[in-house]
This record gives sequence, structure tokens and C-alpha cells, in this order.
Amino acid sequence: MSGVTVSAKVNGDAVQYVCPPSESLMDVLRNRLNLTGVKEGCGTGDCGACSVTLDDRLVCSCLVLGAEAEGRAIGTVEGLSQDGELHPLQTAFIDHAALQCGICTPGFLVAAKSLLGRNPNPSEEEIRYALAGNLCRCTGYDKIVRAVQSAAKVMRKQKRS
Amino acid sequence: MPYETDYTNQKFSVIGNRVNRPDGVDKVTGRAKYGADASAAGQLVGKILRSPHAHALIKKIDTSKAEKLPGVKAIVTGDDFPDFTGGNRSLMDTLENCMARGRALYDGHAVAAVAAVDAQTANQALKLIKVTYKKLPHVTDVDEAMKPNAPIVHDWIRTAGVDPAPTTASNISQRNEFGHGDVETGFAQADIIIEKTFKTEQTHQGYIEPHACLATLGPDGVGELWVTTQGHFTFRNMCASLLGLDVAKLKVTSSEIGGGFGGKTHVWMEPVALQLARKSNRPVKLVMTREEVFKATGPTSSTSVDVKIGAKKNGRITAASAELRYQSGAFPGMWGMLGAMTSFACYDLKHVKSVGYDVLCNRPKVAAYRAPSAPMAAFGVESVIDLLAAELKMDPVEFRIKNAAKKGTQASYGPVYGPIGIGPTLEAVKNHPHMKKRLGKNQGRGVACGFWFNFGGQTCTDLNIGIDGSVNLTVGTVDVGGSRASLALIAAEELGVDYDQVRVTIGDTSSLGHNDTTEGSRGTFSSGMATIFAARNAVDVMKQRAADTWGIPVDQVVWEEGVARAKGRQNSNLPPLSLKEIAAKSPRTGGPIAGHNEVVADGAGVSFASHICDVEVDPETGSTRVIRYTVVQDAGKAIHPDYVEGQFQGGAAQGIGWALNEEYIYGDDGTLQNAGFLDYRIPVCSDLPFIDTEILEIPNPNHPYGVRGVGETSIVPPLAAIGNAVSNAVGVRMTHVPMSPPRILKAIEDAQ
Amino acid sequence: MEIRLSGILCQATGGASTVEVSGATIGEMLASLALKHPAIQDHLDDGVAVAINGEIYRDRTDQVIPKGAEVFLLPRIEGG
Ligand code: FES
Ligand code: FES
Repeated sequence: MSGVTVSAKVNGDAVQYVCPPSESLMDVLRNRLNLTGVKEGCGTGDCGACSVTLDDRLVCSCLVLGAEAEGRAIGTVEGLSQDGELHPLQTAFIDHAALQCGICTPGFLVAAKSLLGRNPNPSEEEIRYALAGNLCRCTGYDKIVRAVQSAAKVMRKQKRS
Repeated sequence: MPYETDYTNQKFSVIGNRVNRPDGVDKVTGRAKYGADASAAGQLVGKILRSPHAHALIKKIDTSKAEKLPGVKAIVTGDDFPDFTGGNRSLMDTLENCMARGRALYDGHAVAAVAAVDAQTANQALKLIKVTYKKLPHVTDVDEAMKPNAPIVHDWIRTAGVDPAPTTASNISQRNEFGHGDVETGFAQADIIIEKTFKTEQTHQGYIEPHACLATLGPDGVGELWVTTQGHFTFRNMCASLLGLDVAKLKVTSSEIGGGFGGKTHVWMEPVALQLARKSNRPVKLVMTREEVFKATGPTSSTSVDVKIGAKKNGRITAASAELRYQSGAFPGMWGMLGAMTSFACYDLKHVKSVGYDVLCNRPKVAAYRAPSAPMAAFGVESVIDLLAAELKMDPVEFRIKNAAKKGTQASYGPVYGPIGIGPTLEAVKNHPHMKKRLGKNQGRGVACGFWFNFGGQTCTDLNIGIDGSVNLTVGTVDVGGSRASLALIAAEELGVDYDQVRVTIGDTSSLGHNDTTEGSRGTFSSGMATIFAARNAVDVMKQRAADTWGIPVDQVVWEEGVARAKGRQNSNLPPLSLKEIAAKSPRTGGPIAGHNEVVADGAGVSFASHICDVEVDPETGSTRVIRYTVVQDAGKAIHPDYVEGQFQGGAAQGIGWALNEEYIYGDDGTLQNAGFLDYRIPVCSDLPFIDTEILEIPNPNHPYGVRGVGETSIVPPLAAIGNAVSNAVGVRMTHVPMSPPRILKAIEDAQ
Repeated sequence: MEIRLSGILCQATGGASTVEVSGATIGEMLASLALKHPAIQDHLDDGVAVAINGEIYRDRTDQVIPKGAEVFLLPRIEGG
């Protein structure tokens, strides 16, 4: 089967992979680059478990082709923690028990990071609408929203100091 | 407190703290491995071919073309699964559900499977398999299926539980009756009687992680299965008996599980993956698509329920009866029975009768969904309770309090209750600030109660103390929602060490004795109990070691807050020995220190919840928003309050989805029309408000810490609470769930 | 002792909802019941639940039945 050779950046590191032209970025990340923190809940763009950033835009990686990532920067949950420290969102999710089974967590973290990048001080409603593309069946979202609120506060403080 | 028992005043040092879960870092960094996240060298990709028909005879399956496709390594059909069931009908049902045997029984029923070198080849191979079907008449509606001339799903079914035993086939697999007294007498005493029929549609558990496994099975009958499951021991036993394997030769490891809610208590495609692995002698990874999950796994019953309740003007219920018809999919179930058992469990009734029917349809085999069957029964009963209260001009909460079951009440399903929590949850609702909040235009408030049994079951844990005094706890119950944290708290409490000193691992099937599935809200209850006993066994060992070190009899040693102390005047010169010190010396005092426990943890204690819900209905569009929601539930002792609240909130959210949006939609051809998250819409973040919780801790006398099951009851009241709220908002009684915009508009229109 | 049965189990006892049996534990009680009403054996094999004074036991056959306890046999139940 003929493949496309792609050069991209994943979580800051240069990578190269070969994939069939029809293969989704999600499958590339999971099966070729071993980044299984990217989860598949539906494969049709309806659950957000596969959320990644593509040049700082939040996308469902199941709806993007691997070939489309040529020359672009991809961010996954694996890149959230830096220098051995958890990202404030990761800490907040643990502190607030914002995960039960945890399958939706990587997607929520990537989506929430993207939200806070755009809007460091979102209201509850803004959080709820920004995360509406991510399904969670366990928590009822209550503790997720609280975790994002608290991480936003921490991040604003960090920025000031 | 009105519900004091011996356990109320137990003092705990770490139990009840909101500690961080031990698997948190793995789960927020993407490191945690779920069902689809494991791979093996040389693995093949498995895919399943499914019936496009609701009911059809499989006349022929021609796999010859697919077999010739390069890269295809194995193909299996029903013929590749010889009957090892020894006449056990329910095992045979499980096998037939995994792979059709001569007949496709529902849209999505597996008819063949392939293993190939990659997904593309496997998909291509599926297209090359030629199945010749002969379509048969089908039935997908529960009331239709009960009619005498309905298409018959299985011609061998004779309705059980009726006298005399029928001689002809029927779609009703069993009839179960519960109750006591004489309802006719009771209704004759009533001043007001209300009778109504309710319908609820089929919903799916909707876990975000699809079913997934990685299987190997050699020609020597030795195999391994990595799988997302609520019970790897149960999966092992089922797979072994379906495939004719020795139980000990199949090692099953449970991956992290991305939600189950009852849907991952039974095998669906795991035996198929193992059989493909055996045929190809290669590891096979089989991951379902979301469409497959909807079409061929786990939904809950659709139902049709008649409820009749009578009461006196003074507000006392004189009699209650119900007939509950539950659709169980293409195989017999016990769902109507559970509906009949739970329907009136919240109330103190002199005359009560409930009859449950289990009804076959050409739909996927029904599986448990949280507290299975209870929400639909509660929808009917709690709606009629509200109607009665309104007729009697009584406050609906007062009316419920007046009739609530209490200690000594004979439950509608039979036995007499011990101390129970329905009264306290209702009192808490009555006094909750939520009840005092003013409602606006187009808004309505609803209250409803719910009941669930909870169970314990077989459990086995292993506790090993390391040389540095840190503790390894191995349990066999899958962690579906944070139970590792609770179990580490329990071990820390019992041993007197810090929470951080304990690491909890979920053992695979070769490392522990049998553990029942994590269902029936048993995880923390039963593994918690086994952990307490295992820790006490380890403490006994440590006391002995201390006694030996001191050269005194062990009965002079006590264990307090993580140290061994020598009792008595004569020993006052002996300084206490800490767990750490004893552990450090263990290589020279008799070797490793461990505690082990096997237990059948029965006595999980029934639980009750009362929910309050405010909604706002748009009269133009019929769309409903939940604007405030409060859950009050009896949890026994809450080991880790965050995760107890999480269970309450998660159950309520699932109930809200069920009440307002979610439903399986079947076409006239018997095929499922909305097998995806786009058209089967579960609540998203912007659909819901914060969900308030109030935990009542009414200790369970059968557990050393007073723990009860908490996971399931929270899904029982929402359908009814929202039904009552919507009915109050629009002024029309809603009787059909989900209360989707078109249904609400129609109800308003019909009333005008 | 007298035990009570409900649901589909009554069919196996010829419709009787109370049965006189003996036994100090759940296991002994069930054995005595099966001796009296062999048709119940199928249900016992599938599993039943026993409520003793309102507390439900599913598996523990060694559970002692206290004197004078209310014993209720229920069909086995499943959960999620
Ligand atoms: S897997 Fe991509 S949105 Fe669900
Ligand atoms: S925590 Fe399970 S789906 Fe969100």
C-alpha cells in the first residue's frame, strides 16, 4: 500500500511518519507514534476524546488526516506536563476529583488548555460551552467545570508573578 | 440524628479525607492504559461482520473470497464455536449473542469475524464475505411483542412463572409477581385511586470507551486476554467455558476501564477475539466502533408500565399495584422481575402487588445499566404518587414522608427492612434550601425517590508490607470510578500508616482468587471489607513479630496507630515498635509480612435516594433545561466523599439524559436509526447545571466501617423527578420518556 | 422454621409462598428446601438470594440463620 511521508512537530519534537493517505491523525498518533493518551470514543467527531491542537487550533484528531499534519505543530495530552511538573490543569483535575474513569480526561485537558489560552478568565457558562464538544459519561461535568475554574485562577496568578 | 447505630460514632483518622487518587497522575498524563491502548508484537486486527437485518435466517456464509485476500489470517463464523455449554441455556445465549448460530436476531448481530494484518485489509475482507439471508418477520416494540400474533423471537421459549405451564411459544420469557396483602381490599378502602400507563424508551450506558481487547490463544490452549471489563474473573470464566478452555490457563488482565455502568459485566466479542487468535495463532486486537457499541452491546430495556395507587383523604396509601413489561432484547433477562421488585420499595404498604414481564424483541441483548430496571418503575410510581398528592391537595414531599417505608416495614419485594434511609433523605429534601427557591415563569419543580439493593459478593485481596514499611494492596475488583483511593484509605486506616504509603494494584486473574464483577455497587464495599480483614491479618503477623522480638507472649501486644505496644506493667521498659521498624527487621524475624483475605461480602445494605429538580420548559419549542438539581442519598459511611459525590452527580446526569433526550430509534424495518453520539445525544457540559449533593451517612451494620454501596441508586429518581418537574412546568402530565421537545409539544397540544 | 418465597420461585413449590424447612445455615436451609421441593433445584443452580431479617445474602451458604429470623427467598438479582 502506498503511503505519504509526513514531517511534523509533536509536542515540540520533530517527527516523521509514513501513513496511508486515508489514515486519520488519531490513528497515526495512537498506532504509529504510540501516543495512546489520544483516546478514541467515536471516530466521528462527536465525543472529543481524541482532541489535540493543530497549530494551536483545537481539533478532533479523528476528523483530520495524518497527511494534513505536514509541516504543522501537534499538541497532545502527553505534552501538557513540562520539566517533570504537572500542568496546573492536570493538578486541578486530580485535586477536584474531576475524573472517574478518566477516558475523557486527556480530551478535556487539551480542550481546557486551549480555552484558557484564548480566555484566561472564562465564566462558568463560557467553560461549559467551550467544553461542550467533549463528552463525559461519569462525572456529570460538575467537578470538571470546578477544576477548570480553579486551574484558571492558578494560571492567572502564575502569569502575574 | 434519627438514625444512630453503633457505627455512627466510630472515630476515623484518614477515612473520609478527600485525598488525591493514586492513579491520578497516570490518568491526567495519558499514560494510563485502557482497552485499546495495548499492543503485541505481530498482532492482527480483528473486525466483525454484523447482520443488517432485524431478524433473518442465515442460509449460507461464503468466506472463500475473503480467505484468498492477501493479509487475511483467520475467519470465524458460528460454525467455529462448538457447543461446550453442556446444556446451560444462559451460557448458550451468551455464545449465540457473541456470534449468530443460523439466525440473526437483531440489527448488528455478529455473523462472522476476520483477523487480518491491518484494519484496511480486515475491512476489505468483511466486504468479501457473502452472507445469504432469508428475512423473517421481526418485532421491536415491547407491547407489540406481547400480542398473541407477534413474530416469535425464539420458538423454544415457554413463559415461566404462569400456572398451568404454557405449551406454546411466546415472547414473554417469564412472569414474576411480588407483594403482600390483598390489593382489591386495599383499593376498596381508598377515597381516591389513580391509574396511569407509562412508557420509557431504550437507552445505552454510553461509556465513552468502546469495548476493546487484545487476545492470544495458542494451540496448547494457553491464552491471555487484555480487556476493558468490570470483572476480569467473570470474563475469564465465561470465555473458558464458551471455548472449552481450562480456567487456569487463561489469564485475563483488566485494563483501565473507560466507563461501564453495567455494560461491561458480560462478554460481547472477547470469545470471538480469542477464537480468531487460536485460529491464526497470532495476537488479535479487536476494538468496537461506536456504531457497534450502540447496535450490539448493553442497552437497557424499553418499558411499558401500568401503575395504580389508592389513598385515603388523610394521605395514607391503602393499596398499590403495577404491571411492568420490560423488553430484554433477543435473549431472556430478569429485567421485568427487577422492575417489579423495586417498584414500590420506598413505601410502607399494606396491600401491594407488582407483576413483571420479561419480553423478547429483535433488539440487542439487554444488560444492566446502573441500578437496572429501577428507574423505569420509579418513573411510573413516583409520577402517580405526585398525581395523588395533587388530588389530595397535599405537599408531595409530605405525602411521601407519610407513606415512606421504615425499619420494620415489610418491603414490597418481600422481607422486612432493617434500619433504612428513605425517611431521612425525604426529611433532608424537605429542609433543603433548594425547596425554598422561588420558581419563575415556565419553570417547574419535581421530587422523586429511588431504591436499589446493592450487593457484595466474592472478593479476595492481598496485602504485602515492603521492607521500608510501604504497603502494596492487590485487589481483584476493577476500579471503575476511583475505588483505589478508597481502598488505600481503608488500608491506611487499619494499619495506622499514611495514605501515601499504600499503593493499590488491580491484580490479574493469575495473581488472586476469584473476585466477582464490579457491579451492584460492590467495589468499595466488598474489597473494602476484604482489605480490612487482610490488614488485620497482617497486623496479627506484626504483633507476633514484635512479641518474638521482645520475648513476650503475643497476647501482651496491642496494635495502636501503626505501632505495636507491649501491654502491662512488667513490659513498661519495652519501647513501642513501629510498622516501619518491624518491616525493616522482617527478613530476620520470619520473612515477608503479608495479610490475605477471601470473603463473601454479603450484606451490602439497601440504599435510598431522593432528588429535587427544577426545569424550565420553552412552550414554543418544547425544549427543557434543567436549571437546578439536588441529590440526597444515603451512602453509609463515605470513605472518600469526592468519589461518593461523583457517583451521585454522574448517575443524576445519566438520568437527566435518559429523561430528556436519549432513546434508541428503530425504523419500520427493525434497524437502529441513530447508532452514534450525533443522533443519540447524551448530555454535554452546556446542558447541565452544577449538581448539588447531600450525603447522608446512615451506617451499614454489616460492614466494619458502615459502608454501603453508593454507585447505582443515583440513576433511579431522575426520570421521575424530571417528569414531575416538567409536568408541573407545563401543566400536563408527562407519561413517555424521553420527554423530548416533540413529545412535550404534543402533550401540550393534546391537552388543549 | 418457616421461610417465604416470592416471584417465580413459588412455581417450584406448587404455588406455596411459605414452606416449612430446617437448617441452621443458608446452605442447610436450601438443601432441606430442595429435598422437599425438588423442582426448586434449577433455581438454586441459577442462584437465589436469601434475605435474613431484611439483609440480602447472595452467596454465603455458611451464613447462620438466627432463631426466629425472618427468612425470605428471592430470585437472584444482578446489578450494574
Ligand atoms: S474519537 Fe474523535 S471525536 Fe470521538
Ligand atoms: S470520567 Fe469517565 S467519561 Fe469522563
